[in-house]
Amino acid sequence: MSDVSTLGLRQSRLFTASEILGYLVLAVVIFIVIPSALDAFRLNLFGKYLTYAFVAIGLVLCWGVGGILSLGQGVFFGLGGYCMAMFLKLEASTPENTAIQSTPGIPDFMDWNQLTELPWWWVPFNSFAVTVFAIVAVPMVLAFVIGLAMFTRRVSGVYFAIITQAIAAIATILIIGQQGFTGGVNGITDLRTLMGWDIRPDNAKTILYFVSGILLFAVLFVAHVIRKSKAGRLMIAIRDREDRVRFSGYNVANFKIFVFCVGAAFAAIGGAMFTLQVGFISPTLVGIVPSIYMVIFCAVGGRSSLIGAVYGALLVNWAQTTFSESFPELWLLAMGALFIAVVMAFPMGLAGLYDDYLKRHVDRVLAPVDRMMIHRAARRESEKLSATRATQPAE
Amino acid sequence: MASTTDYLLSVEGLTVSFDGFRAVDNLSFYVDNDEIRVIIGPNGAGKTTVLDLICGRTRATGGAVQFKGHDLLKMREDQIVHKGVGRKFQNPSIYDDLTVFENLELSAPGSYSVFGALAFKRTGAIIDRIEEIAEMIFLSDLLDQKAALLSHGQKQWLEIGMLLIQDPELLMLDEPVAGMSVAERKKTAELLNTITKGRSVLVVEHDMKFVEDIAHKVTVLHQGKILAEGSMDAVQANPKVIEVYLGH
Repeated sequence: MSDVSTLGLRQSRLFTASEILGYLVLAVVIFIVIPSALDAFRLNLFGKYLTYAFVAIGLVLCWGVGGILSLGQGVFFGLGGYCMAMFLKLEASTPENTAIQSTPGIPDFMDWNQLTELPWWWVPFNSFAVTVFAIVAVPMVLAFVIGLAMFTRRVSGVYFAIITQAIAAIATILIIGQQGFTGGVNGITDLRTLMGWDIRPDNAKTILYFVSGILLFAVLFVAHVIRKSKAGRLMIAIRDREDRVRFSGYNVANFKIFVFCVGAAFAAIGGAMFTLQVGFISPTLVGIVPSIYMVIFCAVGGRSSLIGAVYGALLVNWAQTTFSESFPELWLLAMGALFIAVVMAFPMGLAGLYDDYLKRHVDRVLAPVDRMMIHRAARRESEKLSATRATQPAE
Repeated sequence: MASTTDYLLSVEGLTVSFDGFRAVDNLSFYVDNDEIRVIIGPNGAGKTTVLDLICGRTRATGGAVQFKGHDLLKMREDQIVHKGVGRKFQNPSIYDDLTVFENLELSAPGSYSVFGALAFKRTGAIIDRIEEIAEMIFLSDLLDQKAALLSHGQKQWLEIGMLLIQDPELLMLDEPVAGMSVAERKKTAELLNTITKGRSVLVVEHDMKFVEDIAHKVTVLHQGKILAEGSMDAVQANPKVIEVYLGH
């Protein structure tokens, strides 16, 4: 039996020193470096890239940690984006603004499609509270239904990936086909104000960038807590040895459904912020291609690193913008080459490179800090732990 | 004759067929409390399949498996575990990316639900229990080591430890000493002798020396059917067994 002081060391810590440093560096990059280095236009672009980082963080939990590869995250991103767009569109479609329509007071695209009243399922989106709830709840319910149908039947791996891809295709077709209700292929455009606050000027976009950054850190924190809990360790176990987890008494499907729902919620928050910053949402952000891009962001950053996923999303999108400005026709090839390079040469992405070459040095520098943190935590925990142990020490 | 509910485990008429091939064919046997039963038989006799059927990994085509009055054939794998059946796989089945400590922790009973696992906090009692098990399986010094870095024998011990911490009433082991060195094999035999006290054990094993050391009763399988059953001596003397299995 270990003595009381080492007992505390066994307590799992929420943050190690190097993790805290990692989050601090990321915060400096997002809140100081990027905003001070870029003009308002470029900052808005980075705001858009940040919204993809939400999806990538969800993919780290699902794919990197849990082994569930989803090629349909665009659906959840899109659902979040559409929920937000519906609210903004209703706010923009006041009877005064739409006086020239044959039915004033409904969104313009509905009027063009000969709709004469707002569909019943649009009505709740007049309320901002309902909208915020729906942004998270609608994608989670869909993810729950998909997860329940797939994971309890033990559909996994490539088969699950293909099914999510099919769902992405279905979602696109549905949105385009139901033009009167969804705005069709154009999406929902001409969004103006959020509860009276104009979202179009540069200073509004700068504020929205910082809101995205703060939400991103909130999502990172939730993801980190899940990752460090016993549920997080179980997800890794499920990824590596699903059978063993079952025969340790866990219902594997429930854990997969849970993490898939969390990933969907993260993607949806990103989608809602996308709509706010870019000013529209359209089916091009929902389908198979954007869903695969999202997986590439995650893979480039390192599929099992939360922080890596954020850098992956920022870097790939920044490269895409820079590249496609100079060589528009080469960009797609470059993207393909990048993905192949990641898979062949550095499968753990940027985070893997960091782990292989830099982490050692960082850990060495941080070792004294880490020791101090461990001992403080150990002192605190050992008091609590010794109270809960089954038997008292012999001496 | 005692009724089937007096046994810890009763298997009756168990049958499974894969595309018409009957891997296990109308099999019946009974395991008592505290009994160590070894299943032997040539390759392809259906030994591992029997374990798979009992623990729910493979679905039976017919028959019944009763454990403490519960019908296991109607239950999911995790529910069977909760009733007190533990299973060790032939190839060490452990979580490579987690430490030895974490491997054992995930196998400890409790907080099986998603939200239970999210809220789980290590307690002194669990840490002590893990350290106690680690000592039994000779891995005390390697608790913080990633399981991937263990030797083959150590991985086998770790998986045995993961079962021990579950504390099952029926322990099913599939070739626990396969691929072990002589020294490891000896240590494993000692380990099994201590851990099998107070529970029933069902072992599939090829190593006849090892079987002689541990078995109370031996069941010989051949082509999915029982060829013979009894003490090791009786089975070894059985002419049918000698013909199909021991003789060559």
